[in-house]
Amino acid sequence: MAPKFHGVDFYNLDGLLSEEARAVRDTVRAWVDDNLLPIIGDCYVEGRFPKQLIPGMAELGLFGANLPEEYGCAGLDNVAYGLIMQELERGDSGVRSFASVQGGLVMYPIYAFGSDEQKKKWLPQMASGKVIGCFGLTEPDYGSNPGGMITVAKETTDGWVINGAKMWITNGSTAQAAIIWAKTGKLDDQNSIRGFIVPADTKGFSAKDQKGKLSLRASDTSELVLQDVHVPKDAVLPKSGGLKSPLMCLTQARYGIAWGAVGAAMACYDEAVSYARNRVMFGKPIGAFQLQQLRLAEMLTEITKAQLLCLQLGRLKDAGTMTPQQVSLAKRNNVSMATDVARETRRLLGANGILAEYQAMRHLANLESVYTYEGTHDIHTLILGQEITGLSAYN
Amino acid sequence: MSHVLAVLEQREGALRKVSQEVVTGARRLADAMSGEVHALICAAGAVSGTDVAGRCGADKVITATHAGFAQYAPEGYTRAVAERARSGYGAVLFAASAQGKDLAPRVAAQLGVALAADVTDLAVEGGAVIVTRPVFAGKALLKVKVTATPAVVSLRPNVFTPVERPKAGAVETVTVSGDAGRVVVKGIKAAAGGALDVAEAPIVISGGRGLKEPANFKLLEELARAFGGKAAVGASRAVVDAGWRPHGDQVGQTGKTVSPSLYIAVGISGAIQHLAGMRTAKVIVAINKDKDAPIFKVADYGVVGDLFEIVPALTEAVGKLQS
Amino acid sequence: MKIAVCIKRVADSETRVKIAADGKSLDEAGVKFILNPYDEFAVEEALQRKEKAGSGEVVVIACGAAAAQETIRTALAMGADRGVLLETASVPADGLSVARALAAELTDGGFDLILFGKMAIDDYNHQVGPMTAELLGMPCVTCVAHLDIADGKGAAEREVEGGMEEVEFPLPAVLTVDKGLNEPRYPALKGIMAAKKKPLDVKPAALGASGLEVLALTPPPERKEGRIVGEGVAAVPELLNLLRLEAKVL
Repeated sequence: MAPKFHGVDFYNLDGLLSEEARAVRDTVRAWVDDNLLPIIGDCYVEGRFPKQLIPGMAELGLFGANLPEEYGCAGLDNVAYGLIMQELERGDSGVRSFASVQGGLVMYPIYAFGSDEQKKKWLPQMASGKVIGCFGLTEPDYGSNPGGMITVAKETTDGWVINGAKMWITNGSTAQAAIIWAKTGKLDDQNSIRGFIVPADTKGFSAKDQKGKLSLRASDTSELVLQDVHVPKDAVLPKSGGLKSPLMCLTQARYGIAWGAVGAAMACYDEAVSYARNRVMFGKPIGAFQLQQLRLAEMLTEITKAQLLCLQLGRLKDAGTMTPQQVSLAKRNNVSMATDVARETRRLLGANGILAEYQAMRHLANLESVYTYEGTHDIHTLILGQEITGLSAYN
Repeated sequence: MSHVLAVLEQREGALRKVSQEVVTGARRLADAMSGEVHALICAAGAVSGTDVAGRCGADKVITATHAGFAQYAPEGYTRAVAERARSGYGAVLFAASAQGKDLAPRVAAQLGVALAADVTDLAVEGGAVIVTRPVFAGKALLKVKVTATPAVVSLRPNVFTPVERPKAGAVETVTVSGDAGRVVVKGIKAAAGGALDVAEAPIVISGGRGLKEPANFKLLEELARAFGGKAAVGASRAVVDAGWRPHGDQVGQTGKTVSPSLYIAVGISGAIQHLAGMRTAKVIVAINKDKDAPIFKVADYGVVGDLFEIVPALTEAVGKLQS
Repeated sequence: MKIAVCIKRVADSETRVKIAADGKSLDEAGVKFILNPYDEFAVEEALQRKEKAGSGEVVVIACGAAAAQETIRTALAMGADRGVLLETASVPADGLSVARALAAELTDGGFDLILFGKMAIDDYNHQVGPMTAELLGMPCVTCVAHLDIADGKGAAEREVEGGMEEVEFPLPAVLTVDKGLNEPRYPALKGIMAAKKKPLDVKPAALGASGLEVLALTPPPERKEGRIVGEGVAAVPELLNLLRLEAKVL
């Protein structure tokens, strides 16, 4: 059961972690080594999400791990939650996306905006993996500009009728329930946006996997179509209102991604170091050549910086003072540096680096999606720009 | 002057080969202590092959008999050995075999003394027994002085090469009274392979992932046969985890630690955990198609190439040598 | 069922062994410590048997330094009910001392089963379990790879050279367990949080005198550098020659 991956910890950040955080990290680390890594290469090549891992993930308590115990969740602090995401993404970004969506984008909005009945009904089932959820915000024509969405929910005598389409929805085709964001008022009124819990078996709701992906292949990415979908009055998340609500969810997910990206970078760096030590060319290990040492030194430096960003961000979140802009800085930096680490690892591995039996190229391809989703790199640039100058540069 | 008690092992009424190593180790100690070696064996009746104990240096060979001693009887054997050991021995030696690892601690606890277990070297310095034992999976050696008396020690199999030092080997039989004990061994289910255990074989041929399929282990079994009953086939963790070979064949950190004269690693890359299990072999040969495989760093002799060609060629050559 | 599990905090098997300045012990700087892997099987067995019986208690006991509390909490996170640390600055080389301390704690505990891992991966001593059983006067079976319990009696299988030994014994009993007895569970995240709230008593370890004195801890002798004899089938004759004439093992 002891993990085979030994982590990357050049500045002894382990010494800054609580015993529980380390224990949580070690458990997920061992689980990923034993259950995920042996199969992920094949899943990625075949374009298949390893569904069979869901019960094991649920049993460990990986879904909504930072939500309270009364809903069947682990009640962890945010540093421990971040470490879970780090270790999952060390395995694969697609699998971490699954956990991020389930915990941060489905369970979180129910927890934050739902009624007591909704929380009691849905959260325990989602924590145990019995009900898988998805988050329907993004639309075919509205990605970076979610406020422009055209999915609408009209109030009726006994509930709501929802019409619209969502795209790039992780878990869409496997979900039993979708959190759908729709405008309840005029199309130009962002404040009328509200969240709805829509069971996937509701008449008029359909989900179809998007094909032809070259990234996040071990993840289900779907289109959702809602055609005159009738839901009862109590389907709405009562405390939701305005664009702020889905954005709060995104902040949760982005926080996890900032940690996750570091995990992917750690996996690539570890692979690079091992290869550099063992691969012999011109009579010595390639790690003895200056150009490779430069690569490795850069990787270690960037990973160490990113780890420190995550740790402080986690402490701020636990203290209740974390701002969305602070999350933007970490997500933007960490994902960008992770794509660099993955690419440089791929190059260090030479020809072997294009094979699925090595991790680098899979992480490289995945991280391109992570760079784009949950707020593209460029959007986070503008978020920071606005925070710094007070001036909006969105349009 | 102190005598040394060497506790031997029988199975189905015949002396087990590892017992020769125990007598050899006991003789070394007894000579340093100017004493005798008394070999003790628990059995239901007479044991065949005990004359070799005399040839390895036992002054006396005592058979302690009890109707319930045909199979190993932990509590009965413990009582019999401890009773004998209490009559003033300077040291009591066991093999660190499966039985020895079970019996030695019980005897030590009954005598109220420490057990220096699984040692690879032993000597007397300044009147005390000094032992060396591998720790941390063989990554370090611990040198320990046994301050308790008698010094109870178990020897790692395959390390104390039996040496001819003929002594009288005078035969004695004693009957053990009382119960054989609450823990009852019903029998031994033989493993599919053979009776020769990797931990006790002088030659071990281990196979790894490079063999590609479980059926290909036949190649190694044929090579083992060519060595004429002296070789056992071992396995790396990867092929045991994959279900190709039984756990009892596994060499390595979570398997067995072996110390044969000759260890041949076939299609094994040489992960640290595997090396931990065989690094004390006298001579290591590696056969692998990857010339950069870590196993070649530990091997005394390496052959790079296709094992599916090399192993049969080796089998044929060994066969010719033996005949 | 009331079950006690004796566990040990050990250095991770991947540790690069550095000798401490005193020349007798491991330099612990940078070493990762874990629950002894064989003890994981013992904890898991205890948890499964308690769950099957429907009621009972699983107590984990460790003999070691204060840091071993973290190891006890790993077992509590897996589901054990309470823990006891018999505290000692350093674990003695003499397994009988450890057995004495454990026996003092276990006696009169009314345990149906007392479980140990068959050996610790740091010292490979393979002795504390059966020694403790002798001190307690309890039946003991070591290296249990398969276990059945019914009506106050147990049947076990243990690996011996060339096969599996089948053993029967009465309860209560002391067992040391081998890899493969079960599949240890991961400490669930909820379990890790719950572990903090479970009782963990710290007492001094009653070790008694030690019968072994550590003189030195040294690295193993370097193996002489080997060489590639040749390639393919053509190398076989030369290999056999070397094995016969140079290495003299054939």
